[in-house]
Amino acid sequence: MNMTAVYRTDKQALIELRGVTKVYGSGQAAMHALRGVDLRIDEGEFVAVMGPSGSGKSTCMNILGCLDTSTAGTYWFKGVEVNRLTRNQRTKLRRFYLGFVFQGFNLLNRTSALENVELPLIYRGASAHERRHRALEALRTVGLEGWESHTPGELSGGQQQRVAIARAIVTGPTVLFADEPTGNLDSARSHEILELLNGLNREQGVTIVMVTHEQDMAAHAKRIVRFLDGLVESDKPNIRNA
Amino acid sequence: MLWNTMILALREIRRNVLRSVLTILGIVIGVAAVIIMVTIGGGATVQVRQQIAGMGSNLLMVTPGKRLGPGQSTDNVPFKEADSRAIARDVPAVAAVAPVSSQSIQAIFGNQNWTTQVSGSNNQYLQVTNRSIRSGRQFTDSELRSGAAVCIVGETVIRKLFGGQEALGEKIRLQKLSCEVIGLLAAKGQSTMGTDQDDIVVIPLSTFQRRIAGNQDVGFIQVSVEEGVATEKVQNDIVRLLRERRHLSSSDDDNFNVMDMKEIAQMLTGTTRMLTALLSAVAAVSLLVGGIGIMNIMLVSVTERTREIGIRLAVGALESEVLMQFLVEAVVLSSFGGLAGIVLALTTSVWLAGILRVPFVFNGGIVMVAFLFSAAVGVIFGYFPALKAARLDPIEALRHE
Ligand SMILES: Nc1ncnc2c1ncn2[C@@H]1O[C@H](COP(=O)(O)OP(=O)(O)O)[C@@H](O)[C@H]1O
Ligand SMILES: [Mg+2]
Repeated sequence: MNMTAVYRTDKQALIELRGVTKVYGSGQAAMHALRGVDLRIDEGEFVAVMGPSGSGKSTCMNILGCLDTSTAGTYWFKGVEVNRLTRNQRTKLRRFYLGFVFQGFNLLNRTSALENVELPLIYRGASAHERRHRALEALRTVGLEGWESHTPGELSGGQQQRVAIARAIVTGPTVLFADEPTGNLDSARSHEILELLNGLNREQGVTIVMVTHEQDMAAHAKRIVRFLDGLVESDKPNIRNA
Repeated sequence: MLWNTMILALREIRRNVLRSVLTILGIVIGVAAVIIMVTIGGGATVQVRQQIAGMGSNLLMVTPGKRLGPGQSTDNVPFKEADSRAIARDVPAVAAVAPVSSQSIQAIFGNQNWTTQVSGSNNQYLQVTNRSIRSGRQFTDSELRSGAAVCIVGETVIRKLFGGQEALGEKIRLQKLSCEVIGLLAAKGQSTMGTDQDDIVVIPLSTFQRRIAGNQDVGFIQVSVEEGVATEKVQNDIVRLLRERRHLSSSDDDNFNVMDMKEIAQMLTGTTRMLTALLSAVAAVSLLVGGIGIMNIMLVSVTERTREIGIRLAVGALESEVLMQFLVEAVVLSSFGGLAGIVLALTTSVWLAGILRVPFVFNGGIVMVAFLFSAAVGVIFGYFPALKAARLDPIEALRHE
């Protein structure tokens, strides 16, 4: 039974994947990371993605975040067929609609928290004044007021991840992808980050797709998608939160 | 957008001071080395030309032996004094003929000693070398004939051996020969090749042959031609005379050389030109080494920065924006290094030219070439690896360790 059918409405989906595959390498060494993923996500959802390591969660997230391209299948974002976009068009999609939070933070070294958060705004052509204003606001949102001038090396893991989240939300993205955002953090920090994401979803209506290993993290989501061997194994509303 | 990119690039330069300094240093050294070498070499060439122009054009130099080709030369049969006398007697339009033999010898006076060039010749030596006696006198005919122990001494030797003391009438020792100072030469300064022309002692040729060389050979013969006479004519007459005296048949090559000033000048400028070429080659190598240095730093830094490129792409930077940033960075670093190199090179060249006493000759061409080369190296090696990284999918660039 196709679980995604549960969520089908007449409304245009924010994200829709159909038969998406991803093959790394070729010939004998070919590695089928995704084998035909169907997935639909609507605006305002908070989706937790779970599944064993190597099941293709990150691969799928990277494709959704336009950081990577699929081998076959179709990806619609707001009804636009992403597969048919040029490289630069996909970059524009990232620039204006998508935010991405990585497990490994991926902040610029030797660069202050403020400048890290300002980075996406530079490419949006925001004025220096506007950049500063919005970056400070984003840092306030993630609770890092007073840490603006610190470089990643001077911040704890939890703080670095919050800088990364600030960077992802500073542009006001439609959807935020977070690939194991708490994977490198202890349990207390993890809950703080999760609260933050929850707040963004609830108060600002940001669609959130989050990969996590931990059951109690996923418990915050309204919906849980499970991956297994490159396929969506199950896709259920989270009874507690739905 | 370009303004933004400029700011991004400048920020990155400031953030990575060490990397920036190393890159700039490579360019500075490369540019400076080339400019300095070529400027000094060019100065030396100009100096040689100027000095030759001041030497007059009526001088001929007769040397034994002749180069026929690479690694090939005739027997080096030395001249005798009779050859020089024959030239003076039989060749028309000759103003003065000086047979010369010389050797580097230690001169001793009291407890002072000084190694100098001792030449055996006659009074016409002064005429052909365009020198005069400041005080004292020339050799007498009988001194020349009998090989008397007398000498005429240059300014440098007087200073080194006598300090401020009166030298005339004193005896200096040249090997086993103790000879009286009868004349002091007027100072002449440095020669074309940078040798001190006042570091010299002249004694009668016969004295030199008997007491120092121990043979009757003459090293070379200098001839000055009368004013207003074509040197080619005299040159040909001397060649004819010497061929006859050396019993050369018509099929034999000359086994001596008669060069006029033009040829000597050519020889000298040829030497400096070779020197310049050599210096330039060394400079080119240092420019290349500098270039490789820049290349290394740029390659390493781009590898290091592939992740940075990935981050920029991931947050929405276009490939072209990332590349523009790297290009601006490379251009700023390279031109800054290039300009610093030019300034360093020009100040060093002025200073070196002063020390080496060669004129400072500004060569705009080489300044341009050196600058463009290192700028190109900086830009090419800063830009192309970045191009590779910026074309990756963001996730590929981010995965890069
Ligand atoms: N760049 C890659 N090259 C080759 N294989 C890869 C690459 N990235 C991921 N894979 C493989 O694809 C499969 C899915 O990986 P991934 O999406 O990272 O899984 P998950 O995030 O669920 O742990 C794994 O078997 C992994 O080894
Ligand atoms: Mg993963």
